[in-house]
Amino acid sequence: MIIVVSLLVLAMLAAAVAALVYRDLLSAVIASCLVSLLASILFLFLQAPDVAMAEASIGAALVTAIFVITIRRTKRYEE
Amino acid sequence: MSFLHDYVYYIGAFGLVAVGLLILLVKRNLIKLIIGLSILDTGVNMLLISVGYITGGTAPIFSRPGLSEGGMVDPVPQALVLTAIVIGVAILALALGLAVRFYKNCGTLDLRTAKELKW
Amino acid sequence: MRLAVGLILLAVIGVGIAVSLGGIPFGAPKTVIGDHYVDSARDDTGATNVVTSVVVGYRAFDTLGEVTVLFVAALGLGAVLAAAGGGGGRSGVEPASLILRVGNAFLFPLILLFGAYIFSHGHLTPGGGFQGGAIIASAFLLVYLSSPGKRISATRARATESLSGLVFVVVGLLGLTLGAHNFLANFLPKGVPNTLFSAGIIPVVYCAIGLKVGSELAGVVDGLMEETG
Repeated sequence: MIIVVSLLVLAMLAAAVAALVYRDLLSAVIASCLVSLLASILFLFLQAPDVAMAEASIGAALVTAIFVITIRRTKRYEE
Repeated sequence: MSFLHDYVYYIGAFGLVAVGLLILLVKRNLIKLIIGLSILDTGVNMLLISVGYITGGTAPIFSRPGLSEGGMVDPVPQALVLTAIVIGVAILALALGLAVRFYKNCGTLDLRTAKELKW
Repeated sequence: MRLAVGLILLAVIGVGIAVSLGGIPFGAPKTVIGDHYVDSARDDTGATNVVTSVVVGYRAFDTLGEVTVLFVAALGLGAVLAAAGGGGGRSGVEPASLILRVGNAFLFPLILLFGAYIFSHGHLTPGGGFQGGAIIASAFLLVYLSSPGKRISATRARATESLSGLVFVVVGLLGLTLGAHNFLANFLPKGVPNTLFSAGIIPVVYCAIGLKVGSELAGVVDGLMEETG
């Protein structure tokens, strides 16, 4: 069980570093959506189902959607 | 191995806070800064929930009639983090609206070149 | 240069956080009030979900403040974007693909039903007003994706949001007169635990919060979309 949790934490940190490094803003937003999804799974391991449901529905779905709508209205690449 | 048992959630939460802070300190694009704010928010929520965890506890819901009150995790940090997630999305929506307005006025999203333009 | 300064600052903050977190044992029981809430939640409020009874029962005033913050943020977003006007000249709206159109026609009522199930059963199962409201807003996002150029009526969304907020405050004021003479006190019967019509004012408040958050977030998505879809 601890191996699974360690792998999930490692994947979450790797996705966060990917959101730091990518220059294409659309890829950075997808990486931040992956961070939110893995955090929601880790909330389930910490015995918090209410918080996991809130993080999945609000953080992973709606925040990503409004980011993509805003990027479509402004520039896509970082420079 | 016992170090990992005790601290893996703390390492995950602190790693997210560190990456979020690094994005806020180093990057110049306005939307990249807002992505960093969102990652920082997720890290702090993870830290709050992992402080409230009790080893061997279960979720604080009396779903079956036979569950006893002992052996449940702390419900107060979960209630606070529920509030914090919703307020985080409200702040992100307002920040993105301001970013759209900024782009329309100054023509660029780069914070350093837009310092000379008046807003 | 900037990266070096950022890393040094991060190292200083990291040492501070690590020293303060090292003193907190992971997994040991830490507070007394958590045990008090778990022990007496079923008798005081009648709800079997202890997190719900903390959010809407014991700490209901904080939830009223949070709903106010969400309302002010949506209002500010509408004010900022109304002055920005339409977006940058995208001409020609092409219709969405066949899968999106057919899927929207089939899934939209099911997603609304699922969201309503989650916020109406908030006191029995994991869930509640905020999660259900976000799912309802996702249903309206699907409508926007599958029919470009179609907008929901902004007047009706604003009316739903304002009326739901009003229901929450009126329930609180009724608790002041009818119940235990506190704001947001319980005045409806507690009922049998683990059934749908139980736990006093908690289902009423969570239905109001679910409708309010759903129409609010749908209005936020609507405001950010530009005029030509």
